[in-house]
Amino acid sequence: MKGRNDRVDLHSTHQNWISLLEVSACEVFELMMGCQLAPYDPAIQETLNVTSMVGLAGKLCGVLSVCCSRESAAIMASKMLEVDLEKVGDQLADALGEVANMVVGNFKNKISGLGDSCMLSVPSVIIGDDYNVHSLADSETIELRLLFEGHPLIITLAIQG
Amino acid sequence: MDDVHTLIVDDSSVMRRIVERSLRQAGIKLGTVYEAGNGAEALAVLAEHQVHLILCDINMPVMDGLEFVKRLAGVNNAKDVPVVMITTEGSESHVVQALSFGARGYIRKPFTADQVKEHVIPVLGVKA
Repeated sequence: MKGRNDRVDLHSTHQNWISLLEVSACEVFELMMGCQLAPYDPAIQETLNVTSMVGLAGKLCGVLSVCCSRESAAIMASKMLEVDLEKVGDQLADALGEVANMVVGNFKNKISGLGDSCMLSVPSVIIGDDYNVHSLADSETIELRLLFEGHPLIITLAIQG
Repeated sequence: MDDVHTLIVDDSSVMRRIVERSLRQAGIKLGTVYEAGNGAEALAVLAEHQVHLILCDINMPVMDGLEFVKRLAGVNNAKDVPVVMITTEGSESHVVQALSFGARGYIRKPFTADQVKEHVIPVLGVKA
């Protein structure tokens, strides 16, 4: 796994980007919530009903999404705000939006030559029990599956062009 | 400096809470903490209130942080207030732009309370 100050070239293989995306996510969860992300366990099944998305435009176009359960998003908000879980209300959407924003921003800042020529959108968050996310990205999709506090967490970077 | 009246500008209410907590953890004795969800709201707050410190995100709807800092130069009671940008937008051009418009520092998200302390204490001219 690469470290906080390691950077890769924009034209490096997307295989390199997977570890970079993982480092970016791990740093966000460690610095902002004091949590370590763990390897995914397919035996743990949960309905993933919250998705946060941030768009990228410029030299790199696509969408980064962070998908987890409502309970998981509430735990994130609880840890970020340092409040009891039962006191988290609508802030779970705000928290997950900010998580996606920080993960993609951190990822972008680790790719040489991307900083000045790739803009990020403000985050959008979908909450619901029956929805599908379709991206118009026509190329590769990088997907990371991890565990956050024992809950599945899927981070996807859909790249266009 | 006692009672540092502070304006935190970020479109995320969660992030505004985190920034406020980080400032307290940095040992800064906060006075009134004002909040704004974008640059336009921040200018409206400054029209009514005097602050000693502004922490501002860049990527926000309505009016982004760069435009806000640019316009701040024309606000009589706030043009000399130190502004520290806190943002995921860590590109060199954003840093250069923010500093050229008058921002005094720059913190990249994700951040620690120590990083907030390192960047904010010097612009306040106080010791932690």
